[in-house]
Amino acid sequence: MPPVPCAICKTERALIKRPKNYQKLCRQCFIQIFEDEVHHTITSSQLFFPGEKVAIGASGGKDSTVLASVLKTLNERHKYGLDLVLLSIDEGIKGYRDDSLETVKRNAVQYEMPLKIVGYDELYGWTMDQVVETIGKKGNCTYCGVFRRQALDRGAKMLGIKHVVTGHNADDVAETILMNLLRGDLSRLSRSTSIVTGSNASEVKRSKPLKYAYEKEIVLYAHHKKLDYFSTECIYSPEAFRGSARTLIKSLEKVRPSAILDVVRSGEDMARLVPGQPSDSCGCKGKEAPVPKAVEDEGAGGCGSANGRAGGGEMAAMEKQLRENEKVANEGLETEVKTQKVQGQRHDRTNKSETEVSVSVPLRPKQKLGTCERCGYMSSQKLCQACMLLEGLNKNRPEIRI
Amino acid sequence: MSVDSQMSTGTGPAAQDAVALHEQPKISIVVEFSGGLEMLFSDQRRHSLSIPAVDKDGRPATVAFLIDYLCRNTMKDSRQELFVLEDHLRPGILVLINDADWELEGEESYEIQNGDNILFVSTLHGG
Ligand SMILES: [Zn+2]
Ligand SMILES: [Zn+2]
Repeated sequence: MPPVPCAICKTERALIKRPKNYQKLCRQCFIQIFEDEVHHTITSSQLFFPGEKVAIGASGGKDSTVLASVLKTLNERHKYGLDLVLLSIDEGIKGYRDDSLETVKRNAVQYEMPLKIVGYDELYGWTMDQVVETIGKKGNCTYCGVFRRQALDRGAKMLGIKHVVTGHNADDVAETILMNLLRGDLSRLSRSTSIVTGSNASEVKRSKPLKYAYEKEIVLYAHHKKLDYFSTECIYSPEAFRGSARTLIKSLEKVRPSAILDVVRSGEDMARLVPGQPSDSCGCKGKEAPVPKAVEDEGAGGCGSANGRAGGGEMAAMEKQLRENEKVANEGLETEVKTQKVQGQRHDRTNKSETEVSVSVPLRPKQKLGTCERCGYMSSQKLCQACMLLEGLNKNRPEIRI
Repeated sequence: MSVDSQMSTGTGPAAQDAVALHEQPKISIVVEFSGGLEMLFSDQRRHSLSIPAVDKDGRPATVAFLIDYLCRNTMKDSRQELFVLEDHLRPGILVLINDADWELEGEESYEIQNGDNILFVSTLHGG
């Protein structure tokens, strides 16, 4: 095929075909428009204020590396006045993070940003290697995911930073929306569409500036800007690819690339229909008020990156998580299911365990969305998930494993 | 007996293939893997390869031919499904032909030229 000229500058050869609109662009115009669109997301959602200290959740992977690079560029170009810090989590898996942490260390030099590495041992008293030693390899992704979800918040708190940005992209958001749709969990679906998460109870706000960026474009941006990133798989994750909603997303994209953003927009539209749930979309549609916060609650998490998203296999992880929740509910600790019933969700759900729950709870005082009484992290229960898992670990009770 | 006859019919075409392969013109290309795909190819990012210029039917080697060739000859890992699904490249793997998205070059039907650089990048790994 003869070379195609760039649709914007009309002179350079097009190297990129954008999945969202099939526009054919040269390297320079693509990099410019990618950055412009992230800037648009940031300004229309009013993500930052001048002088704000912001921690970038950095794993050395493509998403967080692109996020760090773009934020540095935009911060300088548009004078956001942000104080940017790289925050990395070390799960304590021997050999696994060595290379990715080396990447983050290089990124810190390349982007002239301070770097803080926080270990699971520091945060929880357990490394993942020690967890696996205690509970075996089965179910350890749940521990890793739950611990990681809080790790960035806890790490930020240690640094006195109130805002953490993560590299979650449009594919991640679409995947979470689909998974919650498949589970019939509309309230969680609506929370997962928010660009800003974190409740008033939590002191740390979370946001995802790359929410509307295709994973494909993130990889291409990293490639064409020659960014230094690292890709690996968690060595404890047994089935990193199989049965994941990711595969579904990628297959949809193959047939019709716009499907990913369509799922994101559908999720946002559905979120608006869920009572009592704040929602957002691209804020440029005449919306002036800052985006309200929603509760951080992004599925089961799992292994794979410091962003709290797996390289795949989330479906399995989420199913495990559900089973865990149900198990806990049957033990009388769980109040979430009850709370959702009060909100009018799920009244038509004929779930056996729910019936059991409504018989067996409340054994302990119910808590609305509040904080964990042990660590202060936001939780709908007395103890947050991490503290509950830790309690089991600390008693060295392998039977709590999922 | 039946085994014998199978073997004798089996060696004929195979031997012819070997001769044909030997006589075939080759093209030199560089194939690169990143985004985690390296682990399927001996943990090596860059492979300088000499591949047949035409397929067994005498048609010019395309990217589809290359993908099949890589599975048969270059991939050491048994998890082929991480690279190919249902006879096509696994969705979520990007291909850049001389730095251009393969969607601009005809995807699997692109005819490989001597000296081409073909990069496979997985987008499936953690962020
Ligand atoms: Zn251009
Ligand atoms: Zn807690």
